Amino acid sequence: MAAATTPVLNASPATGLHSFVRRLRSGDEIAHLVTLCVASAVIVITSLIVYELWLNSSLTRHKFGWHFLFTRVWDPIAEQFGALPFIYGTIVTATVALLIAVPLGIGAAIFLAELAPPTLSDGLTFVIDLLAAVPSVIYGLLGIFILVPLLRQYVEPFLMGALGFLPLFRGPAYGVGFLAAGVILAVMVIPFIISVSREVLLSVPRDQREAALALGATRWETTWKVVVPFARTGILGSIFLALARALGETMAVTMVIGNTPHVSASLLASGYTIAAVIANEFSEATSNMHLNALMELALVLFLLTFTLNGLARIMIVLTSQRGSGTGDA
Amino acid sequence: MKLRWRKFVSATMLTLTGVCAVISVSLLFFILGYLVYHGGRSLSWDFFTKLPAPVGETGGGMANAIVGSGKLLLLASLIGVPIGFLGGIYLAEFGGTSMAFAVRYTADLLNGVPSIVIGIFAYTVAVLPFKHFSTVAGSLALGVMMIPITMRSTEEFLRAVPRTLREGALALGASKTRTIASVVVPAAYRGIMTAVLLALARVAGETAPLLFTSFNNAFWSPGWGQPAASLPVMIFTYAIAPYDDWHRQAWAAGLVLLGLVLLINVISRLALARGISAPRA
Amino acid sequence: MKTVAAWVFCLALAVCACAQTPLLINGAGATFPAPLYSKWFDEYHKGHPNIQINYQPLGSGAGIRQLQAGTVDFGASDLPMSDEQLAESKTKVLHFPTVLGAVVPAYNIPGVSSELKFTPEALAGIFLGTITKWNDPAIAGPNPNIKLPANDIIVIHRSDGSGTTYIWTDYLSKVSGDWKTKVGKGSSVNWPVGLGGKGSEGLSGLVKQTPNCIGYVELTYALQNSIPYGRVRNASGNFVKADLAGVTAAAAATAKDMPKDFRVSITNAPGKTAYPISSFTWLLIPTQFSDSNKRDALKAFIRWMLKDGQKFAEPLSYAKLPKEVIEDESKAVEQIH
Repeated sequence: MAAATTPVLNASPATGLHSFVRRLRSGDEIAHLVTLCVASAVIVITSLIVYELWLNSSLTRHKFGWHFLFTRVWDPIAEQFGALPFIYGTIVTATVALLIAVPLGIGAAIFLAELAPPTLSDGLTFVIDLLAAVPSVIYGLLGIFILVPLLRQYVEPFLMGALGFLPLFRGPAYGVGFLAAGVILAVMVIPFIISVSREVLLSVPRDQREAALALGATRWETTWKVVVPFARTGILGSIFLALARALGETMAVTMVIGNTPHVSASLLASGYTIAAVIANEFSEATSNMHLNALMELALVLFLLTFTLNGLARIMIVLTSQRGSGTGDA
Repeated sequence: MKLRWRKFVSATMLTLTGVCAVISVSLLFFILGYLVYHGGRSLSWDFFTKLPAPVGETGGGMANAIVGSGKLLLLASLIGVPIGFLGGIYLAEFGGTSMAFAVRYTADLLNGVPSIVIGIFAYTVAVLPFKHFSTVAGSLALGVMMIPITMRSTEEFLRAVPRTLREGALALGASKTRTIASVVVPAAYRGIMTAVLLALARVAGETAPLLFTSFNNAFWSPGWGQPAASLPVMIFTYAIAPYDDWHRQAWAAGLVLLGLVLLINVISRLALARGISAPRA
Repeated sequence: MKTVAAWVFCLALAVCACAQTPLLINGAGATFPAPLYSKWFDEYHKGHPNIQINYQPLGSGAGIRQLQAGTVDFGASDLPMSDEQLAESKTKVLHFPTVLGAVVPAYNIPGVSSELKFTPEALAGIFLGTITKWNDPAIAGPNPNIKLPANDIIVIHRSDGSGTTYIWTDYLSKVSGDWKTKVGKGSSVNWPVGLGGKGSEGLSGLVKQTPNCIGYVELTYALQNSIPYGRVRNASGNFVKADLAGVTAAAAATAKDMPKDFRVSITNAPGKTAYPISSFTWLLIPTQFSDSNKRDALKAFIRWMLKDGQKFAEPLSYAKLPKEVIEDESKAVEQIH
C-alpha cells in the first residue's frame, strides 16, 4: 500500500510559482497575456473617447450646466449655446424615420419569416443586407438629386394642401427639411429592422404556431396574435438598434436637412441634428467656447447611443433566451 | 360568415407584408439603377487618371481620391485587424472571465458609437498634437471602427470550430497556444477573412470621420503624414456644389464606391453562406 | 493569398505615390476666392512642379481656426482676424490682400429673369424676416416694370463660418440699425430665418435648386452657374450692378490710406459708381516658420501673386489690387522670416 501511494505523492503539482513558470515556458501564459492586453485596447480606446469628450467640453459644462440641454439659442458671436434645436432635430428625424421604417420593416420581416419559402427568404434577406452596406454619402447623393426635388415639387405641396390644417404640415415647401431627412433615415434603417426581426421571429418555437393553428386561428391571426407578441422584446430591440443608427447618421442628414438651428413644429421646416452641426462647424469653431459646445453635443450623442445600444442588446438576448427556454416541451 | 371575414383579413394582411418585402427589396435595385445610369454616363478614362481641375473648370478626375482611399483602407486594416483578431482570440479562447465580459460589452458599445464622434476622437489624438491633417489620422479613425466588428466576428468563427478539433490537439500534447495557432485559427480562417473584408467594406464608405482627419488634397498625397483626398469626401464636396460637371463626377465616384462596396459584400456573404470549411476528420 | 497580393499591390501604389516628394504646403480658408485660388495654385504648380500648394475651401472661419491650431501652413479669409484672435495666436500673423471681390444678392424666382433692384432696406428686411413675400412694396417699389409673384421668400444663408457672411452682415449692419442690434456682424451669426448651405458651393447649389429663394454669394459663383443677381443701391443713391469697375471704385477710397496691417472694410464705400458690397480677401501668413523651405516657397508665391497672379483675376471676375496696395504688400513680405 505504501508503495502504491508514494509515486502519487511525488507527482503532486508543485507550488503556484513553479506551475506559472512552467505554463509561461510553454507559451500559454504569454499568449493569454498578449491577447488580454490587445483585447483591453478596446476598453482603453472607449474610455479615452469619453475622457476626451468630457475634458474638452468642460468650459460649456461649467458655464451652462443643465441649461445647455434646454436652451434654444445657438449664437457663436454672443457665445450663447443651447443644444435644444439639435436634440429636437435628432429626435424628430429619428421619429419620422421609425414611423416609416417600422411598419415596412416588420411587415417585410413577417413575410420573410412566416410566409416565404426558405430559398426565397434567404435570397431576399441577402439583398436587404446589401442595402445596409450602402454608404451614407451615397444616400445623401440620391437624397439631394432625387428625393429633395420630388418632395419639393410633388409631395410637400400635396401634404400642405391635404393636411395643411395640422401644424405638422405648414410652411413653404423647401424640399429639404425634417421630412427629407426622416425619409432618408427610414431607408437606411429598414435593413436593420428586417434582419433582426426576421431572426427573432424565426426563433419562436414551432409549438406556439402549431398550437394556435390547431385552435382554429388563421395564418394572420397566428402571426399577429401569437408569434409577434412572443418575439415582441426582440423586435423592440431591433427598433432600438435602428434608432441608435438613425441618431448617429451624419452625411445623408446634413445633405438634406437644411442646416438651420431652429425648433419648428412643422415637418416641412428645415432643421439641424447633433451629428450634422458637428460635421459642419467643427473644423471652424473659432472660439474655445464654440468648440467646447460642439464637444458637449458629441458627448450627449454618445450617451444617447450608448444607452440605446445597451438596452437593445439586453432585449435581443432576452428574446432568444426565452425562445430556447420554452422550446422544450 | 365571421370565418370568411377573418380569412379575408388574413389574406389581405399577408399580401401587405409581401408588398412591404417587395418595397424593401426594390429599394436596393432602385439605388443601384440610378447610380449605374447617372454614374455610368460619367465614367471615363480621365476620371481614373487625372487630378481634379480648378474650381469652376470642367474636366479633371479623381485619380488621387481613388489612391487616397486605397491608402487609407490599407493602413486602417493594419491598425484594426491585428487588434480585432487578437482580441477575438482572447474572447473565444480565454473568455468566460468578467474581464472578457467587459471587453465584449465595450466592443459592442464601440461599434455603436457614431462615426463622427470617432472622427473627433481621432482629431484630438492624431491631428492636434502633430499639427497635421494626415492619412494616418484618417486611418486611425477608420481602424478604430474596424476593431469591434473584426473582434466579434473572429470570436464567433473561432467558437464555431468544433470542440473535437481542439480536444484532439490537446490530447496529442499540444499546448493551448499551439492548438489555437495551428488548429483552431486555420479552421476558422475563411470565415475570419470574409468578416475582415466586410468590415473593410463598411469603413470604405465612411465620410464623417475623414472630414477632420485626412482632410482633402488637390494633389497626390506623399507618404502617410499629409492630407489625402478620398472618394467619400470628394462625393460630398462635389454633390453639394452647383457645378454640373462636379455633379457628374460625384455620380461616377458614387458608382465606383458603391460598386466596390457591394462587390466585396456579395463575394464575402456568398463565401460565408457556403459554410466555413472544417478539416475533414 | 489573393488578399496578400492585393495588399502588396496597394503598398506598391502607395510607395509610387510617394516616390517623388514635392514640397506640399497646406492651406485652408475662404470659399469666396476659391475659384481664383485653385486656378493660381494650379498655374503656380505648372511653373514650379516641385511645389504643391493644397488649398481646401472650408470657409474663412475654418481657415482662421486651423491656422491658429497649427494644422495648416497658411489660412485665407474674407474677414480680417479680430484683435483678440491675433493676440491669441502663438506667432504673429500677417494679412496679405490678394484680390477684390463682390458679394451679390442672387435669387431664383420662377418667371423672373430680369435684373432686380434692391434697396438696403429691402435686403435687411428680407434677411431679418420682416419682408416675407416677393411682391412686397419694398421690393416691388424700385422694380415697377417687373411682375413679382406673391410667393413666400425663402432665405438661404451659410451654415458654416464664412467670410462672405461677414462681408454681407457687415454691410447690413452699416445700412440697417435693426440688423445691427438684432443680429450683428460676424462669420457665423444667429440668422432669424432661412436655410443653410455649406460653403459658397453649397449655398449656390441650394439657390439653383430652390424656387423663390434669395441668397448671397460671391460674384464668380453667380456667373459660373448662371444664377441671376440684382443691383444694390449704394451710399450715393445709385443702383449698381456688381462688376470689376464697381468693385475697383469701392476700393479706390481706401487704397491711399490703407492701414499698415491691411485690415480694412470697404462695404458701403462712398463713390458714385462704387458697388456697396465689395471686399478685399486676405491670405493669412504666419511670420515665423519652422520649415524654411515652406517659408521661402510661400514668400515666392506671394511675390508671384502680386505680379503675375493678378492677371488671372479679371477673367474670373475678381478685381485686381490697387497699385498702392501692391507696393505696400511687396514691402511687407520681408517681415516673414
